[in-house]
Amino acid sequence: MTAQKIAIVDYNMGNLRSVYNALAFLSPKSDIQITHSPDVIEEADRIVIPGQGAARDCMEAMQAAGVKQRIAPWIASGKPIFGICMGMQLLFDHSSENEGVDCLGIYGGTVRRFETDSSGDRKVPQMGWNAVEQREHPLWHGIENNAHFYFAHSYYLTPSDDNISVGLTDYGRVFTSAIARDNVFACQFHPEKSADAGLQLIKNFLNWNPVS
Amino acid sequence: MALARRIIPCLDVDGGRVVKGVNFVGLRDAGDPVEIAARYNREGADEITFLDITASSDNRDTIVDVVERVAEQVFIPLTVGGGIRSLKDVNKMLRVGADKVSFNSAAVANPEVVREASDAVGSQCIVVAIDAKRSDSDNMAFEIFTHGGRRATGIDAVAWAEKMQAYGAGEILLTSMDRDGTKAGFNLPLTRAIAEAVDIPVIASGGVGNLQHLVDGVVDGKADAVLAASIFHFGEYTVGEAKAYMREQGIDVRL
Repeated sequence: MTAQKIAIVDYNMGNLRSVYNALAFLSPKSDIQITHSPDVIEEADRIVIPGQGAARDCMEAMQAAGVKQRIAPWIASGKPIFGICMGMQLLFDHSSENEGVDCLGIYGGTVRRFETDSSGDRKVPQMGWNAVEQREHPLWHGIENNAHFYFAHSYYLTPSDDNISVGLTDYGRVFTSAIARDNVFACQFHPEKSADAGLQLIKNFLNWNPVS
Repeated sequence: MALARRIIPCLDVDGGRVVKGVNFVGLRDAGDPVEIAARYNREGADEITFLDITASSDNRDTIVDVVERVAEQVFIPLTVGGGIRSLKDVNKMLRVGADKVSFNSAAVANPEVVREASDAVGSQCIVVAIDAKRSDSDNMAFEIFTHGGRRATGIDAVAWAEKMQAYGAGEILLTSMDRDGTKAGFNLPLTRAIAEAVDIPVIASGGVGNLQHLVDGVVDGKADAVLAASIFHFGEYTVGEAKAYMREQGIDVRL
């Protein structure tokens, strides 16, 4: 894999070490920065937007770190961008977490909490390995359809435009577990903790040259 | 649709090496933690648990180094337990690459530490480990023990699991103490009693000697995940063989 500059956007929400480790493992020669500096991020070849925690905290932390208003222009720049977990949810309009939080609104859609199920079979949060049904996208290259990925979340995304969904998962209801549009790919699960399937997805991102 | 049942190899770590004892004593060297963790990852382990059994606090930081080195090469969830006393300990482990941290004795001494840690880092990061065995008392079926199984507490295991859930534990790691290292199978009545009492996932541990024991833990014990050490360390079975067997028995696993 060729050496490139990769920025992991750090807005003080969650541990970014695992994401860093996975990128460094796959591309040891690359220059990987965990940063909130717009200069460093704008100079990078690829941008990863992770995130863990509650929606309101994440939006406030993005504001505080000075990245909130910049994500839309970064996406518009055409660089490959990979969102993980909250880094996917926050790209959409609104989350019902914390009595309702307006998110970045780059794409149409809302985020809601899973209903608990009285049989006790479906626990909230969903924490563990679940299957992802793929829709055609280059980032699935070399990954078996319905391969399992590692999830840890209580809220799920419903995009307004179903065509943005490229991965679907069944957890009592079928929900969008991965989205893609132009130069952006984002997923609810944690590829950095999803063994070989997850590493293959990140590797595909590092090799991806989206046509914009 | 429910989640795949997880198989979790457990590495007991002492002074930077993986060891395994019988009934909490009689340790035997089983190898280098990074090599073993990488092998389990290749074989399809869903998660790896490290239990720091270092007796002396001088060696306590060796586990930090172990977790850090494993996290650079193994990309599945990592849990660390043993000697975790405070939110500071939790943060230290998460910073070097652990995904979950497990409280045991410290939770009994001060249950508030579980609430504090769970509020700070989220319940998905907080596991409470319970070592329990059948009680002779008329008041309870199973009693919990602390300090590596040496100290009786007089606390009922089911009530304790419910309390830890209320305090924000995201998962219960339940060890059948009287089975640990015996290869006689999980204590199924204990496992089922806890699994039915709480809504959070229960990981069954202690006593696995063959692959049917893993199936029994899920089917009869109602565990969400099964943890084993010696059957994997000494090459009796691979994680892949365990998963193939569970799938044959109709259990949903990630292959």
